[in-house]
Amino acid sequence: MTDTILVSTRKGLFWIARRNGSWKIEKADFLGDNVSLTLTDPRSGLHFVALDHGHFGVKMDRSTAKDWEEIAAPAYPPKPEGIEENDAWGRPLAWSTARIWALQAGGADEPGVIWCGTLPGGLFRSTDHGGTWEMVRSLWDHPKRKQWAGGGAELPGIHSILVDPRDSKRVWIAVSTGGIWFTEDSGASWAQRGEGMRAEYMPPELTHDPIAQDVHCLAQCAAAPHRMWVQHHNGIFVSSDEGKTFDEITGVEPSAFGFPVVVHPRDPDTAWFVPEIKDEKRIPRDGRLVVSRTRDGGKTFDILTKGLPQQHAYDVVYRHALALDPSGDRLAFGSTTGGLWVSEDQGEHWCNVTYTLPPIYAVRFA
Amino acid sequence: MARIVFTPNIQRLVECPETEAAGVNVREVLDNVFASNPQARSYLLDDQAVLRRHMTIFVDGRAIRDRAGLSDPVSAGSRIYVFQALSGG
Repeated sequence: MTDTILVSTRKGLFWIARRNGSWKIEKADFLGDNVSLTLTDPRSGLHFVALDHGHFGVKMDRSTAKDWEEIAAPAYPPKPEGIEENDAWGRPLAWSTARIWALQAGGADEPGVIWCGTLPGGLFRSTDHGGTWEMVRSLWDHPKRKQWAGGGAELPGIHSILVDPRDSKRVWIAVSTGGIWFTEDSGASWAQRGEGMRAEYMPPELTHDPIAQDVHCLAQCAAAPHRMWVQHHNGIFVSSDEGKTFDEITGVEPSAFGFPVVVHPRDPDTAWFVPEIKDEKRIPRDGRLVVSRTRDGGKTFDILTKGLPQQHAYDVVYRHALALDPSGDRLAFGSTTGGLWVSEDQGEHWCNVTYTLPPIYAVRFA
Repeated sequence: MARIVFTPNIQRLVECPETEAAGVNVREVLDNVFASNPQARSYLLDDQAVLRRHMTIFVDGRAIRDRAGLSDPVSAGSRIYVFQALSGG
């Protein structure tokens, strides 16, 4: 069981701790600053914080024994002279870190390795606990990378990174928008994955193109890594072959739109989602905030409401703002309207920690 | 030597005391500043060494024109101010 939760918000990093059976805000760091994401490295115990200082750029801090220290943030390589690169909308694409959107520890056999996904689409790897970062050029230079496009974030970005628990060289990433990509040689080479997903809003000839898919979040079962779940822009998809092919889950109530998905670490058929009405109406249906859970691989869903506001709730839960602890029992999620909830029984009951945090970008068990 | 003054807003993130540095243009002056204060660099310039979008630099009261190359000339007695726009919520 994990008794600490790190909550990244528009105005600081908040530490939530379980004391005497209840969850309380214990302290705040970086108060007033835009904290976009954290990582707690289970191998070293180090905490990493991504900060967006706006005018002054994207930065990263790492925990020390008593405080934080600024470390290098991933930086794009010099853009070669004469290269003009536009995004999918025809606007110039700057080779510069616009947001840190994914942080993932490497495997147990490669201490110090951290993966970092960014907007506008650069993947970075550190081998020294974030002291230095190297861009994964094989992916950035891949000719099809230029087909990645921005969605709601305007620029394309890597938001999900999965390291195979059986072999640390095997890594999956997911891109919004650009589908799923896979390497089996620590990033030396990449292949597109994700056949079977469907982008209903694309022109017919692109609807089923794996690179056109707007994956909102990609999650993998730790004990059964062949099983992957996708919360997609227009649906929920599940794979039983490591993301090579996906099946769409249809008939999902109250809706199949949302951002996050988490999967039980030992039961590949159990996954949680936080549904919103639809892409053009990103609020909970009927003002009722619910979490949906399947225990049977997507055949049926439980709609979990106990302890969640059931009237006039317009909370949106971003892709990194739903977390599951390693036990598979404790869940936490935070919303754009500053609400934070924790469950200790797989979502059957929720307790509200606060309604008054700044907009929440990410929730992570530490 | 030119005199360089940094916005107070940056000071809480990275210490940038008022200083003097040599150089015939903004790029040279800043490179000399960063030589003794390397951490400041990424707060002013992006990954391509272009002035960050919401930053601006005034040389003797005039906003620089070359935000990418920072080639605007600087004379020995110039006063350079590094500012940022204030926006957002």
